[in-house]
Parts: sequence; C-alpha cells; structure tokens
Amino acid sequence: MSGSALTYAIVDGVLTGSVYALMATGLTLIFGVMDIINIAQGIFVVLGAYLSYAIQLHWGIDPFVGLFITIPTLFVVGIVVERGFMARLKGPEKTAMSILVTYAVSLLIEGSLNMIFSVNDVQISAWYVNQSFKLFGVYFAYIYVFGFILAVVLLTALWVLLYRTRFGASVRASLADQTAAALIGINVKRVATICFGIGTAVTAAGGMVFGATNAFNASSSYDLISRLLTIIVLGGMGSLGGALVASIGMVMLEDVVGVVWSPIWSTMTFFIVLVIVLSLRPQGLFGKQLARTA
Amino acid sequence: MRHWSRAAWALGLAALALFPVVVSNPAYTTIGVFTLIYMACATSWNMFSGYTGYIALGSAVSYGVGAYTMALVSIHANMTPGASMFWLVPLGGLLATLVAVPIGAIALRVRRHTFVVITIAIFFVFQLTAINVGFTGSTSGLILPFISWSESYYNLPFYYVGLGLVIFATILSAVVRRSRFGLQMLAIRDDEDRALGLGVRTTAVKLTGFALAQFTIGMAGALYAMFVGQIFPQFVFDPLFDVSIALMAFLGGFGTLVGPLLGALILESFQQWLTLSFSNSSLYLILFGALFLLVILFMPQGIVVFVRDRVTRRVAREKAAVAASETTLAGSGA
Repeated sequence: MSGSALTYAIVDGVLTGSVYALMATGLTLIFGVMDIINIAQGIFVVLGAYLSYAIQLHWGIDPFVGLFITIPTLFVVGIVVERGFMARLKGPEKTAMSILVTYAVSLLIEGSLNMIFSVNDVQISAWYVNQSFKLFGVYFAYIYVFGFILAVVLLTALWVLLYRTRFGASVRASLADQTAAALIGINVKRVATICFGIGTAVTAAGGMVFGATNAFNASSSYDLISRLLTIIVLGGMGSLGGALVASIGMVMLEDVVGVVWSPIWSTMTFFIVLVIVLSLRPQGLFGKQLARTA
Repeated sequence: MRHWSRAAWALGLAALALFPVVVSNPAYTTIGVFTLIYMACATSWNMFSGYTGYIALGSAVSYGVGAYTMALVSIHANMTPGASMFWLVPLGGLLATLVAVPIGAIALRVRRHTFVVITIAIFFVFQLTAINVGFTGSTSGLILPFISWSESYYNLPFYYVGLGLVIFATILSAVVRRSRFGLQMLAIRDDEDRALGLGVRTTAVKLTGFALAQFTIGMAGALYAMFVGQIFPQFVFDPLFDVSIALMAFLGGFGTLVGPLLGALILESFQQWLTLSFSNSSLYLILFGALFLLVILFMPQGIVVFVRDRVTRRVAREKAAVAASETTLAGSGA
C-alpha cells in the first residue's frame, strides 16, 4: 500500500467521518432519551440534502447560508413527527413499534420526494464542490474541509448545549435514567420532543454536505440509515462519544479496505466489523452493560 | 367458542382452496400466489419474533438463500423445466435454515434493540455480497429454466404449493405454540432474565426458534424464484421484504396465530392491487406509508386483538346487563 493512499484514508476518515458523526449523534441521542430507533434518520438526511438543493436551485442561496433555513425547517419536521406519532407509542413493544412507525414516515417522505424531484440522481454544486486543493499529497475538494468545519462547529455547539446548560443536564439525566429524571422534576416528555427535534435538525447540515459530496436520490436513504445504525450500535447505543469514534473509525476503515483490496468490498467490511465487534463486546464499544432489559 | 373457531378455520381454508376455481383471471391468481407466499412468511416470522419478542429484520436473507438455491440448482443441474422443480422448494428451506444457524449465533448474543439493528446489518452484508459476486448473476440476475405451461394453467400449481406452505407454517406455528418449547419462547418474551433464572436455556431456545422460522421463509423464496422465472439479487434480498412481513404480523396481531395470516392477506393483496392499478410507484409508497401509520397508531395491537377486545367487552356488558336484570327480578320477587 502506498503512503499517500493511507494518508488519504486517514484524512478522509476524519473529514467525512465527522459528518457521519453529526448525523449519528442525532440518532443515538434520540435512542438514548426516548428508546426510539429512528429509521427515518436516513430519509431526513436526504430531505435536508434536497432542501439545500432546491433552495440553491430556485432562490440561488448558497447551501451553507441556506442552512439557516433548512436546520430550523427540519427541527420543526422532527417536532411534528415526535408529537404526531412518537409520543403516542407506549408499552413493552415501544422500541419495536418505533422502528415500524419511523419506517412508515420514511416511506411517506420517500414517495413524496420521488414525486417532487423524480428518481434521477442530483448533486448540490458550488465552487467548493468542483475545486480542490492538495493536502498531504492528496487532492481534496474544498467541500470536505468546509463540511468538516461545519460538523465540528455543530458538534461543539451540541456539546456545549448538552454539557454546559441546564437543559443539557436534563437531557443527560434522561439519558441515564428516564424514571429517575422524571422523579426529580424533569419534564422528560418535553426533553424527548426537543431531543427529537435536535436529532432531526442536525441531519439538515449532514444532508447538505452529503448532497454536495454524493449524487443522491430518495433511495439513498437506505444506504445511509444502514450505515448510521451500524455506527451507533458499534459505538454503543445511546453513547454520544461512541458515535463520534465509530463514525471516524468506520469511514477510515472503509477507505483503507477500498484502497488495499477493492472498493466493492469496502461497504461490506463496514458490516463485518460490526458483526465481529458485537461477538466480542455485545454492548458496543462504549455502551453500558445492560443488566435487565424490559 | 371452540366450535366457532374451528368452523372459521375450515371456512378460511375452503375459501383459499376454491379461490382459483372461482376466479380464473391469471392477473388475480398471480396476486393470490404472492399473497400466499407472504402469508407463509409472515406466519413463520411471527413464530420466532412474535413468540420471543425479538424482532428480526433480516428475513430477506433466508428468502434470498431459498430463491438462489432454486435458481442455481435448477440451472446447473440442467433440470427439465416443470413440476419436478418443486422438489427444490424444501431444499431451499433447508439451506436457509443452515445459513441461519451461524447468523443467529452471532445476532442473538445481544438483547432486543441491538438484535434488530444487527439483523439489518447482516442483511446488508448478504445483499452486498449477492450483488458483488459473480454466481448470482450480479445486477443482471439469473434466468431459470423456462416452464412452458399455458397461461391459464401456469398459476395453479404455484397457488396450491403456496397454499401448502401456508398450511405447513400455520400448523408448525400452532404446534410450537402449544409445546414446551413454545412456552419457553413466550417466557423469554415476558421476562428473559426470569426465564433464565427458572432454568430456560434461553440462547438455545432462541437459536432453535430463529433457525426453525427460516425454513418456511426459505421455501417461500424458492417458490417465488420458480414462479417469476428470473431473479435479481436486489429484489430477493430486499429490505422492503424484511419490513413488510413484520408489518403484516403487527397489522394482524403480533404473537397470535391468525394475525399474520390476516395481515398478509390484507396487505399483500392490497399492495399487489395498488401496483396493478397505479403504475406510479411513488404514489404507492405514500399510500402504503399512510396506511401503515394509521394501523400502528389506531390498532397498535393488531386487528385480531382489537376485534377480540371489542367482542370480550361486549360479551361482558351483556352479561352484566343480564346479571343486573336478574338482580332486579330477584329484588322484586322478594
């Protein structure tokens, strides 16, 4: 293996991985606080990408500026989905039901997107998508760096929100133990709704970068959601740091396999690693040991 | 009550058996074949997931293994196209079961929520492998030996073999439900740690249940491959299949015997009818998604439990009314 290929794998792992980390954080946050597996996260990413694409196409607004519109929009979409459907789920099969409900939401959005934008692939274009620069002897489009900066800024903002505010303390309390959090006076339902909104809102940013670095259509959501689910399971479901480490690690690994072996097998490696890790450590890399599961 | 239920089963079976005799239009009997395939799969899925509470979303692996068993063996053994190919159906089921053993051994190391995600991940490993390796025909698919039955006859053998699969899956599911093994699975669903504490060998029970459930799904996959005559990796290893059969079981009644049959009957015939009437597949996705949401939100326990609750409540109310009037009578008599 040549040195530059390895450099590429590492740099791309960090740059692209951070964007995945942003999307995966939303997913793991929702699971941790609400015990909900949000299958619609994949289609939310695609929705974010399409919004940025449409805003640029019709109003000529730069996708990065457009985030000021798309992030609040997806936040509202998340709140609506949570209030409309998620909040109604109760009982022992809640998690299983949440998979089905979010899958249904995902189908609805997929169908609508297909009708509006057709099934042909599109890609967000801008000068920073087309131009590239040399880094450690490898060429990168500017979008990778911009996307990385965006992801770092948003992840930092999220970190501040979760670890330095009163609201963040209630979220972390709900992550740790929902019943205990409710007992000390935290409005867990409200926390859950807002978390779902935040978890969805971050996909607007992730989607924009995804849409600029990949040609996409509505069915890209299947590939996305399977990767995101793998990442959060690998990192340990509900663990925010785990999602970050797993995202970067997995993208790097995929790149290395793609270079050493063949790109055809790189996606598969992704899933095989999951299987191996879980055989050795069923709770994921940073997951809590589950004593009793209801 | 028992007589009523027996009569209902007999009536349902008779209706299914007579359907192709009454309706001869091949377009509708085709819908019938697909519906039966899904009824068998949903019942079999429910036999593991419904009884243990472990939602498996990777059943398309078994379906795909069954379909490729049928395709590869019939092609490479130069089989005479015709009814003899039906012998490959149980072989498909057997291979699906064998493949499921190592998958289950890995996936069942974790508890519920994570199990769901792992089955999805393992499914994608199989889908990607099937698309990438050469012997599956990759994206251009495989063409099975062409069966030259006349158009009016073609669907009939498939329909009755499909019905056979449904009967097999239902009887197996009912027998398991009443056995000690079935009770152990239900105990796992209610409280796995307690079941373990009471001496249920949970891992062995789950693994056996998981592998057993794949047998019918594998057979259904093989039947599907033979029926459609050409298969593609992306269609036999289809994520929509995974979710569809789960939805069918939930729609009818998760963990019940008749639920998955009813759910599959309603959903698959509706889905096929939609595809037949609307060529616009996006509209179909929207309708399917909306129906899906309505069902889960308004009948979260499925049709069977929904109806049963209504009936029980009504019977209770009538009994209460009778009891009340008797008290009044007794009161006035005294």
